Amino acid sequence: MARTRTRLLMAAAGIAAVFTATGCGAADMTKQSSPYANVGGAKSVTLSVQSWVGAQSNVAVAQYLLEHELGYRVDTVQVDEVPAWDALSQDRVDAILEDWGHPDQEQRYVKDKKTIVPGGGLGVTGHIGWWVPKYFADAHPDVLDWKNLNTYAKTFKTAESGGKGQLLDGSPSYVTNDKALVKNLKLNYQIVFAGSEAAQITQMKQFAKAKKPFLAYWYEPQWLFNQVPMVEVKLPKYTDKCADEGAKDPDSFDCAYPTTPLQKYLNADFAKKGGKAAAFLKKFHWTKKDQNEVSELIASQGMSPEDAAKKWVEAHPDVWKKWLP
Amino acid sequence: MSATATRPSTDPATEPAATGTAADETRPSLLSAVVHSHAARKLAVLVVIAAVLVPLAHAKWASGSWPDALTVDVSEPLGKASDWIIDNRDSHWIFLYFFGHISNVVIICVRAVYVVLLTLGWAGVTAASTLVAWRVAGVRVAVTTLVSFAVCGLLGMWVPTMQTLALMAVAVTASVVIGGLLGLAGGLSERAFRALRPILDTMQVLPAFAYLLPVVLIFGIGVPGAVLATVIYAAPPMARLTALGLRGADAGVLEAVASLGATWRQRLLSARLPLARKELLLGVNQAIMMALSMAVIASVIGGGGLGDRVYQALSSVDVGKALAAGLPIVLLAVVMDRTTASAGERLGEPPAEGGPRLLRGWPAWAGVGVITVAVTLVGRLAGSQTWPTGWTVPIEEPVNQFKDWMVDHLYTGVPVVGGTADWASDYVKWILDPLREGLQGLPWYAVLLIVATLAWLIGTWATALTATAAMAAIGVLGVWAPSMDTLSQVLAAVFVTLVLGFAIGIAAARSTRLERLLRPVLDVCQTMPQFVYLIPVVALFGVGRAPAAAAAIVYALPAVIRITTQGLRNVDPAALESARSLGATQGQQLRQVQLPLARPALLLAVNQGVVLVLAVVIIGGLVGSGALGYDVVFGLAQGDLATGLVAGAAIVCLGLMLDRVTQPTSRRDRKGA
Repeated sequence: MARTRTRLLMAAAGIAAVFTATGCGAADMTKQSSPYANVGGAKSVTLSVQSWVGAQSNVAVAQYLLEHELGYRVDTVQVDEVPAWDALSQDRVDAILEDWGHPDQEQRYVKDKKTIVPGGGLGVTGHIGWWVPKYFADAHPDVLDWKNLNTYAKTFKTAESGGKGQLLDGSPSYVTNDKALVKNLKLNYQIVFAGSEAAQITQMKQFAKAKKPFLAYWYEPQWLFNQVPMVEVKLPKYTDKCADEGAKDPDSFDCAYPTTPLQKYLNADFAKKGGKAAAFLKKFHWTKKDQNEVSELIASQGMSPEDAAKKWVEAHPDVWKKWLP
Repeated sequence: MSATATRPSTDPATEPAATGTAADETRPSLLSAVVHSHAARKLAVLVVIAAVLVPLAHAKWASGSWPDALTVDVSEPLGKASDWIIDNRDSHWIFLYFFGHISNVVIICVRAVYVVLLTLGWAGVTAASTLVAWRVAGVRVAVTTLVSFAVCGLLGMWVPTMQTLALMAVAVTASVVIGGLLGLAGGLSERAFRALRPILDTMQVLPAFAYLLPVVLIFGIGVPGAVLATVIYAAPPMARLTALGLRGADAGVLEAVASLGATWRQRLLSARLPLARKELLLGVNQAIMMALSMAVIASVIGGGGLGDRVYQALSSVDVGKALAAGLPIVLLAVVMDRTTASAGERLGEPPAEGGPRLLRGWPAWAGVGVITVAVTLVGRLAGSQTWPTGWTVPIEEPVNQFKDWMVDHLYTGVPVVGGTADWASDYVKWILDPLREGLQGLPWYAVLLIVATLAWLIGTWATALTATAAMAAIGVLGVWAPSMDTLSQVLAAVFVTLVLGFAIGIAAARSTRLERLLRPVLDVCQTMPQFVYLIPVVALFGVGRAPAAAAAIVYALPAVIRITTQGLRNVDPAALESARSLGATQGQQLRQVQLPLARPALLLAVNQGVVLVLAVVIIGGLVGSGALGYDVVFGLAQGDLATGLVAGAAIVCLGLMLDRVTQPTSRRDRKGA
């Protein structure tokens, strides 16, 4: 009996201690770092990784340099883009290194709440579009104009596209206007969402191996181009007017995707108090060629991101020396 | 007390029914059979209801698909709710003084465990777990533990394993405490028990994927949300088993304790809880297993650890790396399962006699502590706290080569049987498409009627009502068509699972050797995170609904095989013996004795198959299965509460409906026990 009581008392004391430690007053949801951060006095940085390999490359190189040149411990968390913004504002992660443009989130967190600050450009320019494999485009050059896509609908048919041509889309987290485009351009196509980039890449490689034709939503920079050469299908020219209208009514999009200089964003607190790590991440700036070099090593040669980053870092000291604070 | 009181009263009730059927046999007239048959009476009632309602519905809304007039558009309020939460998360009291504290407590606890694990270092953690396993579960489990931890290190997964372990420790503790308290209430009060049952039922039927979004919205990405989602999933079995243990306590013992003048509290602490300790331990065991199976799903919302490694490996289409991160999850599950299971078995036994005194009681525990500290210090002196970097065995390369070989040789053009790609397109063309078209083409009231009929025939009117209401809710939410799409995928995959599962289960019930061979395979299939096989199935079956079905079948098959084998094995040997003595062939024995007698088990297998398949078909949204699964993934990825929550709610309704429609009658029997 007595023992039970002591145990109960100890439990109560434990709970009380926890509450004291968290502070009995208000709990701030904007200051909640990862429980794995800064353990054992190590200075640590938490980076968010998005699901595409280019984002992994940025993080791998940043991580390698932070760990080996600046003495930080780096934790990475894989999160989709919009939740990553949310996590960034709550201090769950310290930085996003590759953002493809999220005007709603920028308005909310950067301008209104000021919990996130811009970290400058990444140096890489992104572009989304529709692509067909080169082996197919060479044999049928007229497929490269959207006006001729309907004549190829039968060629792009699969079991999942239900009698129409298949337009293979990727992860639901990616920016896409494809539904509106198919409708407004009156294309006889069915969008099949692969559900994740991994599934889409696997499927595209599978098609390429069999030299089958396919039409896919895809983007640059992307390492897969080195393995499966692809050619972009020309969509109606991108204009600011079309983009503005599209921003108001997403169902009205009828032009190509813009070309986006990719951006970095930092948690506001981290940007102020992050010391060398924050300064380093702000200076991080490289090219599409650099990024693809690392991506290719990771994704197609099966290197671990760490080894790939190491290899790149050793080969290009001239590039990264400038980033060190 | 109430359980014993109701039991005698059910016996006379079954008497007349038995004599009634006997009378029918002597006078086999169709009419009387219809009048007397329970099922036929239910059907008659349904026919009458349908005759009244269907023309009405048809007259009002002529089209077959769910009428717009009966839908409620919840996207606007949900979108507003989501904005409200984000805007007020830093200022409203409910976050500052409630959710914020929960979130902080979770972070602090996980961090504390993680710091302890890191301080112990790889040497200390391995030593401590091995010694603890040896103390509570014996030498064999201790060896398993030692080997498992070593493998986690060798795979280069030490740090993520410790992160997962820290997360699991906190999540399991919370599940056990919360589940235990709920179970305590349910075990002590009949009213609480009755109120709790539907809640627990629902919590278990919910596919975990569906409630990630609301959790994320309130707690944000990261550990607190992950722990919470895990607790929702892992607490119900603990609650159930606690209640079961408390209610099943021997009435005689309780009577004796009461007659000794013990107070209510003394009775609880000295008699009821100790008597229920086997169930309590089984509850802990179940909570651990459920929690581990959430480890990877939780990584979708930033749980970190091993799950995150699996998830990251998937995005670079690296099956080898996903496997290297998945294996430690399997090993942790095996270690924890074996340890708690043998601890449970040992509970009833008298303490081991003999041996030096030092190996028993508290001196032994002190010894465990001393040795752990010693090993930790030696580990520290030897160098690194985390697993030494040189001591790893890379398995990624060979695994990926094997996968590529498989894909190269199986994908297409295999003589006679055709390649996996051909199977996939046949499966889609001949099974999935007609089924989907059929379900989407059926008038909605016909679907509701079919659901009501099935649920009523197999359960009570309450079951039927729940199932039909769940189905109607899907229509009201305005996601009828995608739900029918998901339903068609579930039904087709369940069909394949059951055919394969029953066949293998029957074979395993007949051959002990086959069963033994299957055991480790089934163990791995059940504990390996589903995400690990999402990429291989895409490589084999292409993007779409076929790979989702394949993953679902792999995941659900072990449970179906196990339950079938168990059910057939448990058939009364006397009944089999008498059939054999009457000269029944093997086939006749199986069809006429074993299968009918194992009916409850087979129904349970169907039910489990359905629930498990649904859980994975939803994750199939990640490989292009579309429908509700895609909507949930989309909602999570875009932070779109409206799409995600509505799809999540529809999945929950589908799950409830499917569970009720296949609810084996045994659950009603269990209530009395």
